[in-house]
Amino acid sequence: MTTVTMTVNGKPVSENVEGRTLLSTLLRDDLRLTGTHIGCDTSQCGACVVHVNGEAVKSCTMFAIEADGAEVSTIEGQANADGSLNVIQQAFQDHHGLQCGFCTPGMVMTTASLLKENPKPTEAEVRTYLEGNICRCTGYHNIVKAIMAASGQDVSAIAAE
Amino acid sequence: MPKDDGIGAATVRREDVRFLTGRGRYSDDIKAFGECAAVFARSTVANGTIKSINTEAAAAMPGVLAIFTGEDFVDVGGNPAGWLVNSRDGEPMKEPKRPVLAHGKVRHVGDAYAAVIAETVEQGRDAVEALEVDIEEHAAVINMKDALAGTNYVHDEIGTNQCFDWGWIEDNRAATDEAIKGAHHVTTLELVNNRLVPNAMEPRCSIGDYNHGTGDYTLQTTSQNPHLTRLLISAFVLGIPENKLTVIAPDVGGGFGSKIYHYGEEALVLAAAKKLGRTVKWTSDRSEAFLTDAHGRDHVTKIELALDEKGNFLAFRTETYANVGAYLSNFSTVTPTFLHGTLMAGNYTVPLVYVNLKAVFTNTAPVDAYRGAGRPEATFSLERVIDMAAREIGRDPIELRRQNFIKPDQYPFASAAGLEYDSGNYDALMDQMEKVSDKAGFAARRAESESKGLLRGFGVNAYVEACGIAPSNLVGILGSRVGLYDAATVRVNATGNLSVMVGAHSHGQGHETVFPQIVADMLGIDAASIDIVHGDTSKIPFGMGTYGSRSLAVCGSAVVRATEKVIAKATKIAAHMLEAEAGDVDFNDGTFSVKGTNRSVSFGEVALKAYIPHDYPIDLIEPGLEETAFYDPANFTYPSGAYCCEVEVDPETGKVRVDRMTAVDDFGNVMNPMIVTGQVHGGLGQGIGQALVEQTTYDDDGQLLSASYMDYAMPRADDLPFYVVDHSQSTVCTHNPLGAKGCGEAGAIGSPPTVVNAVIDAMQSGGKNITHIDMPMTPHRVWTAMNNAQ
Repeated sequence: MTTVTMTVNGKPVSENVEGRTLLSTLLRDDLRLTGTHIGCDTSQCGACVVHVNGEAVKSCTMFAIEADGAEVSTIEGQANADGSLNVIQQAFQDHHGLQCGFCTPGMVMTTASLLKENPKPTEAEVRTYLEGNICRCTGYHNIVKAIMAASGQDVSAIAAE
Repeated sequence: MPKDDGIGAATVRREDVRFLTGRGRYSDDIKAFGECAAVFARSTVANGTIKSINTEAAAAMPGVLAIFTGEDFVDVGGNPAGWLVNSRDGEPMKEPKRPVLAHGKVRHVGDAYAAVIAETVEQGRDAVEALEVDIEEHAAVINMKDALAGTNYVHDEIGTNQCFDWGWIEDNRAATDEAIKGAHHVTTLELVNNRLVPNAMEPRCSIGDYNHGTGDYTLQTTSQNPHLTRLLISAFVLGIPENKLTVIAPDVGGGFGSKIYHYGEEALVLAAAKKLGRTVKWTSDRSEAFLTDAHGRDHVTKIELALDEKGNFLAFRTETYANVGAYLSNFSTVTPTFLHGTLMAGNYTVPLVYVNLKAVFTNTAPVDAYRGAGRPEATFSLERVIDMAAREIGRDPIELRRQNFIKPDQYPFASAAGLEYDSGNYDALMDQMEKVSDKAGFAARRAESESKGLLRGFGVNAYVEACGIAPSNLVGILGSRVGLYDAATVRVNATGNLSVMVGAHSHGQGHETVFPQIVADMLGIDAASIDIVHGDTSKIPFGMGTYGSRSLAVCGSAVVRATEKVIAKATKIAAHMLEAEAGDVDFNDGTFSVKGTNRSVSFGEVALKAYIPHDYPIDLIEPGLEETAFYDPANFTYPSGAYCCEVEVDPETGKVRVDRMTAVDDFGNVMNPMIVTGQVHGGLGQGIGQALVEQTTYDDDGQLLSASYMDYAMPRADDLPFYVVDHSQSTVCTHNPLGAKGCGEAGAIGSPPTVVNAVIDAMQSGGKNITHIDMPMTPHRVWTAMNNAQ
């Protein structure tokens, strides 16, 4: 067992982990931050995306010890300080960008990363950026729309409610 | 205009806040004190005899608590099919036992034959590796026609691979044959409805617990219908009395049908929990999900359409082979029969329909209802053969459909496939589709595509489906072993807020938002003061859960009936408070008032009086304000729609891109248009996925070649377009109090033939005489078809 120390959602944490312990396991099982989800075994679905030192990472594909000393943020740390939804979260609610909610944490974390890199993405840029995040419920329409709305673009011309 | 947050308002979903902030509570998020892990040993061969399982070495491994094999479950029941289907000759279907763990034989790759319970998942996995297992492999039965022809049986004891040979409507068989024989024109099409894996993003998870002090079992599980799961475990499998078993389905991350069914893992964790006195948890990984979740579709069909010289449809005749896999999953026998054959008249006045369907056992995972469940298969066959017929006789595909549509003044309409459609207006849907899709602009868009060297096609589809499942008397006659009503309890609390317990289960559909909209509208109170309770058999009335686009039409109707009972009782209490006769008291917008006076009391005052019954007519009215209603629908509901899409095909690569997709649906009255539109979007995504990318492939040995997201193509965001969705052309359901028809599956029903029709149109526009390409229309298949065509 190895002791790892990191900052998660602004709070210092220290845990004993095995060499094979994944970052996602540390977050879910040890820290009980269960908003990070596991939807596949091959690093395809993106439900487990978190930020490590500001970069979007699939936490099922990173060992916990690799995050030693890092700043990690998860879906639980995304809301505004007063607890209200942040701009991305609010756009997902306003535009019905989620249904069962299982892929949603990964979608929100990936969106944050996208908008940091590209503050006003086109539809095609949004769709391309989401290639590592699978949603089975929404057909992606309202996710793409919500992301464009979160970037401050007028989405009123995009069809439907 | 709808009231704020009332019926018809596009209210944003209250459940979103917990999902967006990581506070959802899915089964795998639950961690019990002292829990241990179940890990399953699964067959790596598709067909084999279990010669021996030596558990000695595995049992001695670190952390191992218990090992179960099929031997431990020989004395308990099998997991049953929920519907008895008889063959054409009256013989009941073949129904081999589906045990908790395989015993004697393994019948598909992934079939579990043992389970290790260990302190940790890792220890359990290590111990599974240490099991000494001798399984003698036999040749696998994979292809359906081979399965029927040969003598290699999936279940030796039944001596055939045919589950049943069903005819619908058998009495129409001779007349249909005659009509086809004498017809002016007959169009024939052979097609495959490709096998799909539902792939809810949350893998299945089951947690069993047993309290030795009380004898109570608790199962937390990923279910769309916790009461149905409890009933199956109690009445058929383990025999646990229903009053000693609580089934809880907390937040569930999508279902699409795959979480309707009871699976052996649920029984195993309960049995293990009792044996060990520990909480036992199993979470599927994605590979297990591919191998063991019930798959969908998998039909091979020959369909014929007979027409007269004017283009009137005379008869549809189909011959279908439906794969049921290695065991009968709970709805596997009704899905290809009564949810498929009864829709084979489509939207049309065709007088004759005959469906012959052979259900076939193979050494593959069980196949059952997947979003649409039988209706996508019906619609695909019909709408492909109609498009082909239009081309063969030189008719416009929309005009040919319109000519044969049931007209608005013909309802109620007895279809040739045995259903009575209550309402619809298919021409209005087609008109609206042509308008909102800008069909008139297609020629210009085609010219533009062609200028880029691309082919552009326009495809159309009309569908009608049957949902709101289902009238219990009717389904009982047809072979259902359960009733298909639903239930709701409306509990008005003393301080005037409400808890509404519903039998439906929400796993993405937004019930927590929509059901309060209905109650708020009826009671004239703030929807925020109403909460929904669902998914826990210890809290909710006995309802049948969520599938078949039934939650609103059936459970929503139960909510309405229970709320009406609340209003009726509250009116009596108000009448006493107002010193009036109940018949003189009106209830509007949350206020009870005496007709013709200014005397009134609010709903909240009446609620308080019901629970603090001082100065109360206690001899006439019971205290409290809580009512339950069970609602059994009088008929199916019949959503319908007109869809179109435009595709661009790159003739160099065969790559198909859906450029425009329009869905115009008649869902009857709509409670929340935002949620309804979202449901259609999801169905479209899955339907386009089926048409273009998704394919489940077993090799001849029964190995699943598409068992991960690296091999099975899930539609990604860049595979799909923005959709145009319209539900303005509604006709009201005539037999439920909400006038609602159901919207959950429409998109997946209407879209696959639309996409295929568009691709064929593109091929033809490019001068290629291609009349059919099977789904998924991958670049390889399209390119091959183009290169092989004249």
